Amino acid sequence: MQMLKVENLTLAIDSTPVLENISFKVDKGEILAIIGPNGAGKTTLFKALLNLLPYKGKIEWHKNIKIGYVPQRIEIDKDVPLTVLEFLKMRGPKISIQKIHNILELVQLKSDILKFGLGEVSVGQRQRLLVAWSFLGDPDVILFDEPTADVDIHGQESIYKMISHLREKSEVTIILISHDINIVYQHADNVMCLNHKNICMGKPADILKTNQLQELYGGERGFYYHEHQH
Amino acid sequence: MEHSLLIQSLVAAIFVSISASLLGSFVILKKMALVGDALSHVALPGLAFGLIFNFNPFIGAFLTLFIAVLGIWFLKYQTNLPIDTLVGIFFTASLAIGVLLIPEHDLLEAMFGNIASLTIQETNVLILLSIFIIVLILTIHKKLAINMLSEELAHSANINNKKLEFLYLFIFALAVAIGVRFVGALLMGALVIIPAASSKNISRSLNSYMSWSVIFGIVSAVIGILFSFKFNMSPGPFIIIAGAVLFIISLFFRKLRHY
Repeated sequence: MQMLKVENLTLAIDSTPVLENISFKVDKGEILAIIGPNGAGKTTLFKALLNLLPYKGKIEWHKNIKIGYVPQRIEIDKDVPLTVLEFLKMRGPKISIQKIHNILELVQLKSDILKFGLGEVSVGQRQRLLVAWSFLGDPDVILFDEPTADVDIHGQESIYKMISHLREKSEVTIILISHDINIVYQHADNVMCLNHKNICMGKPADILKTNQLQELYGGERGFYYHEHQH
Repeated sequence: MEHSLLIQSLVAAIFVSISASLLGSFVILKKMALVGDALSHVALPGLAFGLIFNFNPFIGAFLTLFIAVLGIWFLKYQTNLPIDTLVGIFFTASLAIGVLLIPEHDLLEAMFGNIASLTIQETNVLILLSIFIIVLILTIHKKLAINMLSEELAHSANINNKKLEFLYLFIFALAVAIGVRFVGALLMGALVIIPAASSKNISRSLNSYMSWSVIFGIVSAVIGILFSFKFNMSPGPFIIIAGAVLFIISLFFRKLRHY
């Protein structure tokens, strides 16, 4: 089943073209990773998908679909007067404590985090809370904007494991922006290379090749193989 | 006579301070303390029009504030300029117009308020409008909190950010207009900001933050009114000084909130 179909999406901000003739589709249960250099229009594409920016072309979501969104980061003061429990309960009027506990388990967080202030938890925990927030809305599709930005290496791997875990436990479709090509290789079903235009799209094994990545990012980029000679 | 005026002033001040401090909770949360303070001065030209053309200055203040917030809201979405830049421009222009237009003998009252000239009818209107603001804020406070954390997050929860921000600015205009009568256009911003800033020092949850903000607002207003009657002076400066003292006390408890 097709969840999203984008055709000839074109978008300009202050008359500067950011996205030009982007077309792609996403099927149910798929993990699509969007890669590209900084300023390539990845976050802008998400904003267009969320209907937050005016665009030309066509964005067709499957009927009555619920979309969850996990932003790259939210800047929160350490002393923001909002507990984790209050934050999660704000997701909707009928959020039960039981549902919150179930979803915390899904994103692999302990329940005692609920009593902490939202600004007091670590960056990695906050990222998981944003995922939990989005799951409380029972989404059919989740958009992740660089889910591991500002997270340390150990945390990054653990967040991607959680994303895989989410897909195993639910039938959610995932569209994610990532800079980490190794992670994309391991977890994505399809990859889209974006640099204002849709440069390439396909399976990670076909797309994530040195020449493709050089074209996308410019300069040298690729996988480096180290042969052990022990 | 003086006793009934004192009771009337106290009741009105309590309601006005509740609405101002609830509004202030979100002004602080949105990190718009200075913006909120500056915006409150936009009431001045409205007060001037009321005085010049002989209609209720409250209506004038509300109208200029509302036009200003409407303009800011519209320009924010049309120009992508930061809101503090827009408020800065509206604020300085309004202050200039207000000072030019307001007759000199009324300027002090416009800037610092005068509770003695408040009639029973005006008091009743202020109380009703305050109740309206309080109910409105309590109805939308969760959506406001999410919008202030992240507009994208709010959008993903089907919150209409534009509508919500418009409503917030409308509440702002109304709350400031009714408060200007008590503390004047120059100090109204402080009545909005100080109780919430004090409350943030001691609160971890949104509920306690809003509750303490209201308590600090009421305590400052009551102390201010009592002192103003005792010394026969404008209540505005007393209310603000009481609020500032509470803020300093709250600083001592700031560290305790983590335990």
